[in-house]
Amino acid sequence: MTGRRHSFPEIPTLLVALLLAGPVLAGLAGTVLPAFGYLPVLGYDRISLEPFRELLAAPGLARSALLSFGTGLVASLLSLAIVLVFAAGWAGTATFQRLSRFLSPLLSVPHAAAAIGLAFLIAPSGFLVRALSPWATGWTRPPDLLILNDPLGLSLTFGLVAKEVPFLFLMTLAALSRPHIRDFYRAGASLGYGRMATFFKIVLPQIYPLIRLPVLAVIAYATSVVDVAVILGPTTPAPLAPRLVGWMSDPDLSRRLTASAGALLQLGVTSAALLVYLILERLALSGLRGRLASGHRHRHDGAARHAGLALMVAVITVMMLSLLLLGLWSMARSWWFPALLPQRWDLMRLADTFTMGAPALWATLALAVTTAGLATALTLWLLDARSHNNRPSGRRLKALVFLPLLLPQIGFLFGLQMLFLLAGMSGSFPAVLLAQLVFVFPYAVLSLSDSWARLDPRYTKAAASIGASRARIFWQVRLPLLLRPVLTTLAVAAAVSVGQYLPTLMIGAGRIVTVTTESVALASGGNRPVAALYALLQLLIPLTGFVLAALIPAVLYRNRAAMRLERG
Amino acid sequence: MQACDARTGLVLENVAIRLGGRLLLQVDCRIDAGSVLTIMGESGSGKSSLLDFIAGFLRPDFQASGRVHLKGRDLTDLPAQERHVGLMFQTPLLFPHMSVLQNLLFAIPPGIRQRSLRRDMAEQALADVGLAGFANRDPATLSGGQQTRVALMRTLLADPHALLLDEPFSSLDRTRRADIRAQVFEAARRKSLPVLLVTHDEEDAEAAGGEVFRLDQA
Repeated sequence: MTGRRHSFPEIPTLLVALLLAGPVLAGLAGTVLPAFGYLPVLGYDRISLEPFRELLAAPGLARSALLSFGTGLVASLLSLAIVLVFAAGWAGTATFQRLSRFLSPLLSVPHAAAAIGLAFLIAPSGFLVRALSPWATGWTRPPDLLILNDPLGLSLTFGLVAKEVPFLFLMTLAALSRPHIRDFYRAGASLGYGRMATFFKIVLPQIYPLIRLPVLAVIAYATSVVDVAVILGPTTPAPLAPRLVGWMSDPDLSRRLTASAGALLQLGVTSAALLVYLILERLALSGLRGRLASGHRHRHDGAARHAGLALMVAVITVMMLSLLLLGLWSMARSWWFPALLPQRWDLMRLADTFTMGAPALWATLALAVTTAGLATALTLWLLDARSHNNRPSGRRLKALVFLPLLLPQIGFLFGLQMLFLLAGMSGSFPAVLLAQLVFVFPYAVLSLSDSWARLDPRYTKAAASIGASRARIFWQVRLPLLLRPVLTTLAVAAAVSVGQYLPTLMIGAGRIVTVTTESVALASGGNRPVAALYALLQLLIPLTGFVLAALIPAVLYRNRAAMRLERG
Repeated sequence: MQACDARTGLVLENVAIRLGGRLLLQVDCRIDAGSVLTIMGESGSGKSSLLDFIAGFLRPDFQASGRVHLKGRDLTDLPAQERHVGLMFQTPLLFPHMSVLQNLLFAIPPGIRQRSLRRDMAEQALADVGLAGFANRDPATLSGGQQTRVALMRTLLADPHALLLDEPFSSLDRTRRADIRAQVFEAARRKSLPVLLVTHDEEDAEAAGGEVFRLDQA
């Protein structure tokens, strides 16, 4: 599959550009034209501003846009702050390592599953209220409080934080594992600088370029999220993105034009949030720069360090509890308020729902395996071609790869859906595959390129000097040495594929149904056990993937001590 | 405790470092202000972990016993930040996001508040090692020897009470090496700091001119 056609090194780069830019640009065009009233298939063939007029006439539109902007930006900033303060206070300590082990698996939890679990935790009839009722609160029935779907979007913000913290943390962790970072910590300490001051003044300026794109991606995602917003977000009115999806599936086809105009507004909202972040970044940078020369050591940072630790532990605890609740609810038959645990269990229904969910599970698995395989193979091909041409994986490549993650998905998925409809491919497996690949591929590159770059180049030089061909070097030296990171990349890609809600929903057109689209649909229904089970099914594939990624190298290289030290 | 009456020196009292129960090294010695002790050993003999122990960076998988006193103060249980021990690494480790001048300003204690005074100190330090006019350079554009000299001044500007050298000359080419080495020892003598040098290079040990302790028994 990969590494075979070595003679044309430009091919993978071109292919990647085409794969990423193609659907994005085509999709954007397919969104812009209907937004200005041009959609010949439905008989609209005159450019007009009518869709925008309709959009602006929609009740509560400004509030929806503001909600998207506010919840997304605040959630991203909070997540980044928690991650940085925690990393500043604890990087390199045993506590840090122990918590890292919790955070990596949490990354693979799909957004929708995490949101459903969180809803079970914080709802008025949820676990937290139960734990305090009736002995502390006096409530014998669920209180009439709007905790979930609160009009300010607090629970939505919180849900996004819980999910983005593990992501940003792992990005920071990868950046911290760069050579010499440890030494810079010692250099800072031997000059008398406190741990946090060393992080913010010496380490962060060096690693920030590596976490910047992920932060921007988080902002773009959080300001345009649909699945988490449907489950946890406000409803009167909802944030912008879920409202647009609603219009897009409205039986009144003219609403599609309004939705397309809305998608452009969404593009504006996300850009505004990104812009505000870039300004804040500037301010923080110049503020920091002014402080570098002052020589203040900030040795007594114990309080801030422990605050960072407490926040991180809180996020992990909430996520763990949420997942645990998914398990409990999926097996509960009756669980009346305010009982802390279910009164009666029912494993039969679990088995029934499992059988019912089997087709969705198979579709999810098929998509996950194919997208992960394709994305990883393409990444390997790209990296191999670039190393062969002595082009280190440059910033420009990363920016290109990140492009789809810096746009709100909705901005080009609408148009893409329209194009697939025209091509008669809507709802087909290859169409959904392609749409998912656009979002999965960036994560594959992100996951693999650092390990690839870190591989000691002398191994390939040694192999080449004994006369090994490029293909042999790839298959027999590079790939086996990188087995662990390659498998991890496959698992990451599969997890990202499983988590894709909007691409599957829009391009699948109801004919391709995955456990993720099902569980979001079920979450708003009243049947908690079934919703919980589908959310658990979402976890099944990523979890299996990561277990395999850990087990296979351990078994294959059980007699190779040096390979055990290689970390993915 | 009887050995630490030295009010100025660095005292290693029955220091032993083990890794997984295996004894790496054992030292019991005293370095007077302005003099140099050289510890020689092949790589893997644990000489860097001794510096880590003194500076407060020993990794948790090592076990250490014994006490470290500096200027009559027991350092053993203090965090690295509080020890006032200057450490020069195998690589200069100039902070790549700062200019040469900023690297030096970064080290000057905050008690010196006046901006112009801080700047003068940094410029003077550069002039002392023959690098006047390098203040606004990007550290990455300096040669290895120049970087090492900036790193030396950065370490000294932080006003340490002792200087630990972890083979800081090993990355330099032979011709510059003797010169820079002499500058380091001269600077330490002027500030009358106790210096502990670890190296596997005989020339370094000779040039240091002090007592030499060999870790060959392992």
